[in-house]
Amino acid sequence: MSDLSLETAQAATATRRPARVLDVVVLIAVVLGLWHVIGTWTHGVAIAPPLQTLVYLAGLLHTEMFWSHAAATLEAFLLAFVLSALMGLALGLIFGVRRFAGEVAEPILAGFYTIPKVTLYPVVLLLFGLGMSAKVAFGVMHGLVPMTLFTLGAVRNLPPVLVRTARVLRLSPGRTMRWVLIPACLPDIVNGLRISFSLSLLGVLIGEMFSSQRGLGFLLVNGMAQNNVPLSTAIVTVIVAIAIAANTLMLRFVRRFARRADEMAG
Amino acid sequence: MRRRRAAFVVRAAILAALIAMLEVGCRTGAIDPLTVIPPSDMVASMVGQIGSGELDASIVSTFSTILIAFVLAVILGIATGATIHRFARLRDVADPLLASYYSVPTFIFYPLLVALLGLGKAPLVVLGILSAVPAVVISTLSGLDSVAPVLMKVARVHRLTAARTLWWIVLPAALPHLFTGFKLALSYALIGVIAGEFILSGSGLGYAISFAYQSFDNRTMYGAMLFVLLVAVIANGILYMWEGRLARRRSRG
Repeated sequence: MSDLSLETAQAATATRRPARVLDVVVLIAVVLGLWHVIGTWTHGVAIAPPLQTLVYLAGLLHTEMFWSHAAATLEAFLLAFVLSALMGLALGLIFGVRRFAGEVAEPILAGFYTIPKVTLYPVVLLLFGLGMSAKVAFGVMHGLVPMTLFTLGAVRNLPPVLVRTARVLRLSPGRTMRWVLIPACLPDIVNGLRISFSLSLLGVLIGEMFSSQRGLGFLLVNGMAQNNVPLSTAIVTVIVAIAIAANTLMLRFVRRFARRADEMAG
Repeated sequence: MRRRRAAFVVRAAILAALIAMLEVGCRTGAIDPLTVIPPSDMVASMVGQIGSGELDASIVSTFSTILIAFVLAVILGIATGATIHRFARLRDVADPLLASYYSVPTFIFYPLLVALLGLGKAPLVVLGILSAVPAVVISTLSGLDSVAPVLMKVARVHRLTAARTLWWIVLPAALPHLFTGFKLALSYALIGVIAGEFILSGSGLGYAISFAYQSFDNRTMYGAMLFVLLVAVIANGILYMWEGRLARRRSRG
């Protein structure tokens, strides 16, 4: 798990306590201020100032072009995320319960997690061809491993008494999973989902940026190539906003489940 | 211990079997040579490219960029982490940022950085720093948090100067956390820089791979790819072992 230690440390900071509204407001004001300074200071050659971006974005949201690209990204991302989550959950549970298989697989997975996967994208393109399936496969390559490792770690660190109780009650493997393993591991599973969400999004976007004719990643690179600064800034803004919103939502779940688990344990 | 060795043997056997299957599949024509080339050819291509010096310029360019980004990220990260740790109010404000930083695909800022700084080393260095800094900040914070208050009291009782407190008390206590941060920072910087080169740049290993892909030169592409992956795996492995040794020495002492 040591390669995931940052994410766990990060989760620990994040679960410390919910952010106060004032702090968030101050933070947003600081970020907007910096953005404005950089935007105006460089005369908008690279980054459009916040106000101009928002005005442009409002116009962009009325165009069909934007929504068709957004739909392409959304479709690829949802497929990649759901596949990563389900396969990662299944693999993590299997590797967690079957200890030896877990010991064999974990270093391979952890090693794969830390290599620069971008370099493998040409292979994915050669295997799947240009288009949707390559983007999805690349998203899964990013999202699958963290989900597996988080689930695996959660199952492994489970109090042994829970598993023994399930055995005493003669629960079937399926019921053990449904009633014991998954509820007990829920905070870690949601944390895994959180990391998996952002990484499969990253995978899909990199895929679109490298060689694709569709999607927000393509629109971003294209906006830059055509020197359409408000367009590329607006796309970045949209992606950042979506990523932060999803992350915050899932962190809330993690906090709630962690609290509930604490109450149960106490 | 025996179990760990058994796991190691099985792991090695599985990996070897996979490589052998790929080799056989490619040699018998079950796998299209336009898609994947045999692993032995990949190794030969890698050795050839390194031996002939074709890759030298790319290697120097990529690793110097990674090194600059890493060193700057460590300096910036420790300074930021220490400042945030010192002022609790600042930390409250920075907390949501740190919690959500890695959910944002930092990489999408790269086109903006290229437009801002021009195509060259500068946007890659900034991208590497952006990817690596939060790891250092977070590990500095948790390292400073882990200094036991009683140790600070001991320092005060002995009337240590600030510099000596830092050197004798704070640093040894925070070091394991910091080391984890450095390790992550290095691998994030590596990923960021190579990804940047791959998507949009005119030099470096990432560019060499994407150039070979675009010119349908599979042999060169797979050789360069293998080289990058081997370097990444070996670097991470060394840091991982080093970290394990630090942790063991700490638990002994």
